[in-house]
Amino acid sequence: MSVAGVALSATQLAAFREQLAAEPIEYDGLAAEYDAAEDTYHIETPDHQTSLGGDELDTAADEQAAYLSNWYFHTQQVTTESKQAFCRWLELADDRPVPTRYDDLEAGIGREWGELMITTTLAADGGRRYEIRHVDDSGVDDDALTPHTDPFAARDIGTLDTDGRYRPLRTAPSLDSGWIFPELTADAVYDAVEAFYPATIVNWHREQRGELDVDHWRDEQDRQSGIYNLITVLPDEAVEWAAAACCDDSQCLKRREWQLSADEPLAAEGGDGVFPCRAPCSTVVAAGREWAKLEREDTQTYEFELTPSEKEQIEAIIDAVADGTVDEIREADLSEGANRYRARYLREKRFDDDGTLSGTPTRPDGHNDDSD
Amino acid sequence: MQSLVIVAHGSHLNPDSATPTHTHADTIRATDAFAEVRTGFWKEQPSLREVLRTTHGDDIYVVPLFISEGYFTERVIPRELRLEGWKPELWNSDGISADTATLVAGDIDTEVHYCGPVGTHEAMTDVLVRRAESVTDDPEVGNGFGFAVVGHGTERNENSAKAIEYHTEQLRKTGRFDEVKALFMDEEPAVDDVTDHFDSEDIIVVPLFIADGFHTQEDIPEDMGLTDDYRNGYDVPSGVDGHRIWYGGAVGTEELTADVVLERAADAGADIGDAIARVRKQTSPTTQAVGE
Repeated sequence: MSVAGVALSATQLAAFREQLAAEPIEYDGLAAEYDAAEDTYHIETPDHQTSLGGDELDTAADEQAAYLSNWYFHTQQVTTESKQAFCRWLELADDRPVPTRYDDLEAGIGREWGELMITTTLAADGGRRYEIRHVDDSGVDDDALTPHTDPFAARDIGTLDTDGRYRPLRTAPSLDSGWIFPELTADAVYDAVEAFYPATIVNWHREQRGELDVDHWRDEQDRQSGIYNLITVLPDEAVEWAAAACCDDSQCLKRREWQLSADEPLAAEGGDGVFPCRAPCSTVVAAGREWAKLEREDTQTYEFELTPSEKEQIEAIIDAVADGTVDEIREADLSEGANRYRARYLREKRFDDDGTLSGTPTRPDGHNDDSD
Repeated sequence: MQSLVIVAHGSHLNPDSATPTHTHADTIRATDAFAEVRTGFWKEQPSLREVLRTTHGDDIYVVPLFISEGYFTERVIPRELRLEGWKPELWNSDGISADTATLVAGDIDTEVHYCGPVGTHEAMTDVLVRRAESVTDDPEVGNGFGFAVVGHGTERNENSAKAIEYHTEQLRKTGRFDEVKALFMDEEPAVDDVTDHFDSEDIIVVPLFIADGFHTQEDIPEDMGLTDDYRNGYDVPSGVDGHRIWYGGAVGTEELTADVVLERAADAGADIGDAIARVRKQTSPTTQAVGE
């Protein structure tokens, strides 16, 4: 389906007439008005200027029919501002004029939203159809993917990762693949995306309008009560570490816009995600509470005996856990510090019977108490 | 355009915590009583802070999927939703009688109807009965059975115990069960000694909790002696001290809880047509709508 193939329906034409009876239309390169005295519609698009009698609307030239259908879809079928903005973004409406866009929509215009690949195509009447699949499944045959029609099925798809572990942070880059929503309406694509990544469209839309309300860390601190009051004592430099640890693109696909305060930016990378993060999420706040407890401890000076390789091995183990690469280390690859045999060997060699590194007491008075 | 927003606790650790919220939202969505049904969470996404901006309606009903009035319903939720001018007195409640308050939500600069929690609504008694029916697979269950309603107790929230006592009394008034008792996890009378509190050989035990989790799936079954280790599971019924314990798990997972959400919204003025009757029928385990 391209510009040449759009067939306007009676419903579309009726909506067009009704709108023009009330006021002229200017939308996406289309300018139209109705002259009641002459019972004539004046329709102007970049390459055509036409005047049609009241009963001739359905004879509009192909290109003008495309413009009409474009107006109808984006303003009459898609009914809320955030959905309209999202649907326009999905088909690059601000970048491509209608004829070019309609040609491109024939093959499908694909856009990435987090780990989603959302492809817009044209329906016969110039409406839109949407397909969603995981970006990793971009080249996979539809038949090899599990099809879904209910947009709220996205909620269940997003609950567990590939390994069956719970994803408490739905914007984590750990969405399972292997599924497809082959044909969704505009309302349904919105609901599905919101189920995969809650509130991302509406916050993106606020940002597009320059109205994103950001709650910075200090705002979040001030608002807490109950057990989360504790985050008020988290040192500023720890907030920096927390943002680097939790909000990096490798951990969350939102683009962090919150800072320490509006006047105190954090140095940590905020990420490149298409949708913004407007406030520390509950995961960061809960983590901040734990770090606030841990940061109350004073540092101690310990003395350990380690070979240089053992020190590097401890660093490699921390890196592997922090980067989530433990499962990638092959069982027999003993060149990797975080290899299980290497870690077990180090434990045998350097831990005493109480599981204490080098037998060095954890507490300064020599009393080993890990209970808190 | 009417919107329903169900707000709940959620969890960072337990994927089942949000399941009742989503299930009841789906049930209500299918009735078409509301143009949209949204969910928001304290611990999951969308957050309570952002859920209202995901709505499009101009007549918005917020129903907390919580058991009792207290810290979350009176402080956390109104604060996060930015309900301007909120104070618990607006509910004019004695701890179990909150109905609704209408306030402007700062996030969307629109009035919303903030309803009392589902757990204290009188219709929740019907859900307890429905759970008794579903756990025994007997739509007429009652005669010869005792019924224990289980709650946390007052350690964390005195209104929590009030809600338990309220439904216990409501159940007692129906005269359907031989004995009805309130039992608690952290105070007397304790759920650990469930068999001490009943003469009936058969005892239905239903925790007045919203979702299944650590307490309902691990603590209570072990405390009652249904199993030594929850990971090994337990039978329904299980024999304990010469009694048969029919343990039902968290009442909030019962599908009929969707009805209580609707009742809350209707009490606040929502026009929901025959949605309540349809949900009651749809969620009934038998072809008949039980209790009607």
